[in-house]
Amino acid sequence: MTSSVVAKVKQRRMADLVSLGKRLDERGLMDYREAQVETGVVEKAEGSARIRLGKTEVLVGIKIGIGEPFSDVPNQGVLTVNAELVPLASPTFEPGPPGEDAIELARVVDRGIRESKAIDLENLCIEPGKKVFIVFIDLYVLNYDGNLIDASALAALAALLNTKVFNYEVKEGEVQIKPGYKSLPIRNYPIAITFAKINDKLVVDPQLEEEQVMDARLTMTIEKDEKVCALQKAGNGYFRIQQISEAAKIARQKAAELRKLVVKK
Amino acid sequence: MPKKKVKKTANEKDIRHDGRKLNELRPIKIEVGVLGNADGSAYIEQGKNKILAGVYGPKEAHPKHLALPDRTRLRCRYHMAPFSVQERRSPAPSRRDIELSKVIREAFEPSVFTEYYPRTSIDIFIEVLQADGGTRCASITAASLALADAGIPLRDLVSACAAGKVDGRIVLDLDDKEDKEGEADLPLAYMSSQNAITLLQMDGMLTGEEFDQTMNLALEGCKQIYQLQKEALKAKYLEVKEAINKESEEQ
Repeated sequence: MTSSVVAKVKQRRMADLVSLGKRLDERGLMDYREAQVETGVVEKAEGSARIRLGKTEVLVGIKIGIGEPFSDVPNQGVLTVNAELVPLASPTFEPGPPGEDAIELARVVDRGIRESKAIDLENLCIEPGKKVFIVFIDLYVLNYDGNLIDASALAALAALLNTKVFNYEVKEGEVQIKPGYKSLPIRNYPIAITFAKINDKLVVDPQLEEEQVMDARLTMTIEKDEKVCALQKAGNGYFRIQQISEAAKIARQKAAELRKLVVKK
Repeated sequence: MPKKKVKKTANEKDIRHDGRKLNELRPIKIEVGVLGNADGSAYIEQGKNKILAGVYGPKEAHPKHLALPDRTRLRCRYHMAPFSVQERRSPAPSRRDIELSKVIREAFEPSVFTEYYPRTSIDIFIEVLQADGGTRCASITAASLALADAGIPLRDLVSACAAGKVDGRIVLDLDDKEDKEGEADLPLAYMSSQNAITLLQMDGMLTGEEFDQTMNLALEGCKQIYQLQKEALKAKYLEVKEAINKESEEQ
C-alpha cells in the first residue's frame, strides 16, 4: 500500500518481538486475528458478505448480469473481480481509478476463485456463444488494517455461497426474468493464506504495522483438496526455498481452519 | 482463462509438442547494450518471445514527491506491443500489465543496492515485441542485464524461468500453447548467489508434492539462464575491448 513512514525504533521493536516468537498484539506467529463473517448484508446485491478480520473490514457485493461470453469459451459464464480501496478506509487511500495495489488485490482473489474452479461457469451459460451470466465480484475495502487479500478472498467466498441467480426463460432470443431464484453453483472453496516475512521469520495474517515493516509477502491459496491453486509474492524482499515449503505446509492447516468460518457442513 | 484438455500431440511420453524434453528450455539468445539512448539495455529471444529492456538512471526523481530520502525509487513498466500477439492488443496498459509491472519491480528491489542512490529514480522499461508464453520471466532475465549494463551496483543478476504442469507432466519453460492448455504455470525469479526467490506466482492446481517438484524445476531453469546471462554480459565487454584494441592499433 502507499508507503507511510514507520519510526526506526518501532521497526526494530517489531523485528525483535518476532525473533522472540511474539507480536505487537500478543498473537502467536501463526495465529489469525479474530474473524467475523456476516452474509446477506446488502439486499439489492445477488450475494454479499462483510468480514471483520481484526480491524480490517471488507464488504463484498456480487451482482449477476447477462452478457456475451469470451469467444474462446463460448459455453461458459464470465467471472470478473474488481477491488476498490475506498478513500474512507485509510488516510493512504486516494480517490481515482484503481492503482496497482487495488489491481493486484483483485487479481489475486480472482486467481484463487478461477483456478480452483470454485464457480461452475458452464452452468451459467444461457445460449452458447451469445448469452451467459456474468458474475461481478466487487471487493469494497471499508477499513484497512492489513491483510486485505485474505479478508477479501474469505468474504468473496462467503458471498458466493450466499449468491442467488434469478430464474429466466428465453423467448425469441430475449432473456426474460421469471420469479424465483436458485443458488449459484459453487464447486470449490479456495482460501487465501498470507504470510509476511519479518526479520527472516514468517508470520500469518499481518496487521497494518507489520505490513509496513515486512520485507516481503507471500499469499498461497489452498482449495478444498489441499492443492495449491494460486500464489503471489509481493514486497521488496525475497524468500528462501525452505521458507516457501514451510509456508505451504502451514497454509494447508490454516486454510482448513478458516474454511470452517464460511463453509458450514 | 479456463484450461482445456490437451490433445496428445507428442508421440513419445517424454517429448513435448515442440520436440523439447520435459526439462529443456527453449532456445535463448541474449544481447546486451542494444539501445543508443538508454543507460543500459538488453534484448532477449526465448523461443518466439522477443523482448527489449531499457534502463534509465539513476537520475533525479520526477515528480519530486516520488523521491525517497534513503534510497532510489525503482520504477518499472512492462508493456506489450499491440502487434505482439495474435489479435491486436490495445496499447493502453491492461490490468495484467499493471500487476506484472509491480511484481517485476519487486523482483528487482532485492537485487539493487537502492541505498546507494537516495532521492533518485531508476526506470526500467520492458517492451514485449512478440509474446509466446513466459514473457514476464524473459523480461526479468533481460531487464536484469539492462540494469547491469547501466552500471548499477547489483547483489547479483536476477534470472527468471517458469515451470508448470502440462498434460499431467511437470515441464520447464512453458510456451503459450502449454500455458493456455496446461494445468498449472509457476513463474519464478531467483538470485543464484543469494539463494533468494524474488518473484513467485502460480496459477493452476498442484498437489503439495507437485508444487515442490515444479518449484525445483523452475529453479534449475533459473540456474541455466544465469549462465547464459553472464555469458551475454561478458560478450558485450569483449566487444568493447576488441574495439579499443583495434583503435589503438590504428593510431
